[in-house]
Amino acid sequence: MKSYITYFKLKFKTGLQYRAAALAGMATQVFFGFVYVSIYVAFYESGSGNLPMKLNEIVSYVWLGQSLHAIVYMWYKDKEILNMIKSGNIAYELCRPQDLYFMWASKILGERLSNCALRFLPVILFALILPSPFNLDLNIALPRLLLFIVVMILSTILMTVLVLLYHVICLITLDEKGIVNIFMVVSDILSGMLIPIPFFPKYLQNISNILPFRYITDFPFRLYVGNISMNEGFIGIIIQIIWIVILIILGRLITKKALKKAVIQGG
Amino acid sequence: MSFIEVKHINKTFKVPIKSSGRFGALKTFFSRKYNYIKAINDISFSIKKGEIVGYIGPNGAGKSTTIKILSGILVPDSGNVVIDKMIPWKDRKKYVSKIGVVFGQRSQLWWDIPAIDSFNLLKNIYKLDDKEYQKTLNELIELLNLKDIINIPVRNLSLGNRMKCEIAASLIHKPKILFLDEPTIGLDAISKKVVREFIKKINKQNKVTVILTTHDMADIEALAKRIILIGKGKLLYDGSLSKLKRKYDYFRKIKVITKDKIKIEEEYVIEQKNIEGGIEFIIDIRKIEINEFIKLISSKISISDIDIDSGNIDELIVKLYEDFKI
Repeated sequence: MKSYITYFKLKFKTGLQYRAAALAGMATQVFFGFVYVSIYVAFYESGSGNLPMKLNEIVSYVWLGQSLHAIVYMWYKDKEILNMIKSGNIAYELCRPQDLYFMWASKILGERLSNCALRFLPVILFALILPSPFNLDLNIALPRLLLFIVVMILSTILMTVLVLLYHVICLITLDEKGIVNIFMVVSDILSGMLIPIPFFPKYLQNISNILPFRYITDFPFRLYVGNISMNEGFIGIIIQIIWIVILIILGRLITKKALKKAVIQGG
Repeated sequence: MSFIEVKHINKTFKVPIKSSGRFGALKTFFSRKYNYIKAINDISFSIKKGEIVGYIGPNGAGKSTTIKILSGILVPDSGNVVIDKMIPWKDRKKYVSKIGVVFGQRSQLWWDIPAIDSFNLLKNIYKLDDKEYQKTLNELIELLNLKDIINIPVRNLSLGNRMKCEIAASLIHKPKILFLDEPTIGLDAISKKVVREFIKKINKQNKVTVILTTHDMADIEALAKRIILIGKGKLLYDGSLSKLKRKYDYFRKIKVITKDKIKIEEEYVIEQKNIEGGIEFIIDIRKIEINEFIKLISSKISISDIDIDSGNIDELIVKLYEDFKI
């Protein structure tokens, strides 16, 4: 366990070194957040009013998405891992007395949390000082906040195992382009990152309720803004855990299969 | 039973053939053809504890593949490997903590941070005891003279210094076996010497079994008493270097500096040519002893200097490759 934490720490530390990247990320998130919020405000002011989410709910939803963007977006590629697979440097990784799967999990988690750590607060602060209706709503009851924190932790784990699944598939395809890219785009859309799930057509809502993607983004954020009841929240937690278990089993199976047939690139 | 026991291993790689030409890419998309390349073809050998074995062969012979199988990274299609009572790819996690590996063309050190940080990380990965680690580290620093380079980010190190750090990194957990895949590639003469001396030392002091692949025959000459030669995936020779030399290394180049002229037409002279200030003979020492030959020519001409080239192991290997048609 200690060695996995070491990987996490190393990645976290290196991630914190890239201050320029963090600043750029912050600016991007603030910009996109503001654009999305403005669109929704305009949309709601001219609309018929028969909409599945209230304006203050969706605005807070957008700001949560932007401040936690580094954790929840699905189009994520760990360059180090992919390079290792492509160049064959994975040979060294396999010479370590460790489980490849969990080693990579701690790397991905470390990198993404470090990215988020630098961006989270500034974006939240910006969203708070904006005038109504553009601002993030901090008005939340304590039980709901506690539940949200639990859900968010599970969502982070779910994100890690899902992203990791894409990376271990690359052990077979040897490249992240093609099928893995398509998976990433689809999961981004079905996670509710672009548009919250209630705005989807009914059949797509039903599909995304079964799939794991929604439980990374849409579910925790809507729980926070009060669009989902506490009871539904508890059910969601169970679904999150089930998906985490399924994805870990699947990922480990693929890793095992792939390593048996491994070809180490480049001599 | 030997320390390392390899029995009849085979490994085939499936390589897709890409058609060239205008519609080549399209063609390969619809009908894939594969080439099956036998990287390793029924190789068996055994190695005793504390041996240094040179594993040689031309490019593409299957050296690296063998090393990867022995270090538990690749799984052979068939055959058996037992090392220190473990099957490398089955008991991978347990097994790899007993071995050290250096791939000369890759790096195990973290590029952006000083080597010492990588070492500390490896300490945690291998779950080493603080005291033990510090002791090993100090030994390595002294033996490889790393004191001044250990705090410089790896990307700023010269290749020679980096290789020293790589080797140190692979020994930090005191492995019983060390696999070196072309450890001296791209190094200058001095760095090569340092690396060789060091390998000799740890083999003697810590009884580390060393298996090394290389294209530099001077490495083999300096380190390995035993060599295993493979070509096109097959085992061609397994035995001592000196025996191989006796068998294949029978030409000697003798340079004679003289003003006189002489022509020897005997069967033991393979070649004779005039060079600046003298004559160069290539003789077959199976047919005449060197001192006989020198006696013979010194009785006929006056010699101001003589130089005997004691045979080059590189040439020996070329001859060997030709002999086995690889």
